[in-house]
Amino acid sequence: MSTTPLIEIVKLSKVFSDAENRVVALNDITLSVHEKEIYGIVGMSGAGKSTLIRCINRLDTPNGGQVLYRGQDILRMDRRQLLQTRRKMGMIFQQFNLLMQRTVGQNVRYPLEIAGLPHARANERVKELLDIVGLQDKINAYPAQLSGGQRQRVAIARALASSPEVLLCDEATSALDPLTTQSILTLLQDINRRLGITIVLITHEMAVIRQICDRVAILDGGEVVEEGTVDEVFVHTKSEAGKRLFGVLPEEARDDPDTPALRIVFDGAAAERPIISRLSQETNVAVNILSANMNHLAGKMYGQMLIQTPHDEQEKEAVVQFLTDQGLTVKEVNT
Amino acid sequence: MSWEQLAPVLLQGLWETLFMTVPSTIIAYLIGMPLGILLVVTASGGIRPMPRFNTVLGVAINFLRSVPFIILLAMLFPVTRAVMGRAIGTQAIIFPLTVSAFPYVARMVENSLNEVDHGVIEAAQSMGSTDWQIIRKVLLPEAFPSLLSGAAICMVTILGYTAMASTAGGGGLGALAITKGLNMRNFTLMYSASLLLVALVQIMTFFGNRISRKSDHRKK
Repeated sequence: MSTTPLIEIVKLSKVFSDAENRVVALNDITLSVHEKEIYGIVGMSGAGKSTLIRCINRLDTPNGGQVLYRGQDILRMDRRQLLQTRRKMGMIFQQFNLLMQRTVGQNVRYPLEIAGLPHARANERVKELLDIVGLQDKINAYPAQLSGGQRQRVAIARALASSPEVLLCDEATSALDPLTTQSILTLLQDINRRLGITIVLITHEMAVIRQICDRVAILDGGEVVEEGTVDEVFVHTKSEAGKRLFGVLPEEARDDPDTPALRIVFDGAAAERPIISRLSQETNVAVNILSANMNHLAGKMYGQMLIQTPHDEQEKEAVVQFLTDQGLTVKEVNT
Repeated sequence: MSWEQLAPVLLQGLWETLFMTVPSTIIAYLIGMPLGILLVVTASGGIRPMPRFNTVLGVAINFLRSVPFIILLAMLFPVTRAVMGRAIGTQAIIFPLTVSAFPYVARMVENSLNEVDHGVIEAAQSMGSTDWQIIRKVLLPEAFPSLLSGAAICMVTILGYTAMASTAGGGGLGALAITKGLNMRNFTLMYSASLLLVALVQIMTFFGNRISRKSDHRKK
């Protein structure tokens, strides 16, 4: 990972306003994306994440601040420079946005056509790209004949056609079922590792962040409330928005906030393993669950659970030991 | 009136009707299509917003559209004479037909282009497309089936206008039905010319819709 960021967003602000309303969508956003990393931006709907990613390639024009791409301010580029820079940034969308009157092959060809690549070379490149996303056999199909996951694969192939340095993903998996989400995430990870393409993705699903991102920014009310490596942010969630997204229930929500408790972090453990019931069987400790908030993603569990700490010191150690052995993170709270 | 007498008259009328309708439609599209594209491109949510220009253009088009054809026909007499060499007759009427149709075409084209999913246009923008590339490679091809069925509707509308050609000395099936049919109490001629017009409209609508549906890849 190089030390100079590929994309630097500095004090970015965006206000949507008409005659009556004035909505601050982004407020003083500063963050940087490094080369070859997968950077996640997560937030509830309305947090401003979609606006933020659209400011990176200037589909939305911010009101203030800078978006630096390799040190050059995208917001101050003239049209020609902007178009050239956009060709170095692929983008995929929640609704895929394929050209419905073009075949799969012609869709992937589009960026090559507008860049003026000769026919024969373009055709060859289309085959290569469809090979990457595993859809060579669909080259002559129309998007309407494909499933959602296949359409997103075509969109990915199309976004990769211009050999971009960065891929912007705007809720790319939000319209897909869990299994398809899984395969698209795997594909994105593969593209990041094999082709060295930097990925910026926005999502409202923490599980997506957990699964493929290196670093994450949590957006709430148009502001970055937390930023760091995914591991850091996940285990030591500080912000309220982060806790809500991670499914951490606030400690004061418990009936008796003074009861010592253990926070168990489920970080992609296999969902089919009944961990809590096995915990009771194997340690012979009756576990009292205080609160839990779990999300399933493609057969894995993400989320957190608060259980009451056993009074007996030995029992407590056995519980912590068992959970740690299962690969879970356990933290004591209120002791 | 025997069939032997009727047939050549009807054929002549049919030819004249097509002679007025088809060129008028084509010229109306040559003028109206770019205007429709301009309306969409310069709209406030368009790819090159120019709100003031858009408003002026919209008002001008509405103005032309609101003048009834029969009035426009009379108002345009001097201009028609200047452009076509004469103000009346089957050939001369192509000019007022075109003038009255192109604003209608512009709105039809605008409607069709507005049906194109905005997300697809944004995707094209994100790939670094120029405005011209978006018009040529995204807006027009994506709206093609809708443009085609719109063209069939425009043609039928212009065909309807040709019936009024008789007031300016023009021919065609409409004129036949009115002047030689209704006015001269030749009801056989009146009904057969009218039926032929109905058939013509049916054929245009049928093929317009059929080609439009065949060219549309949005459904499986």
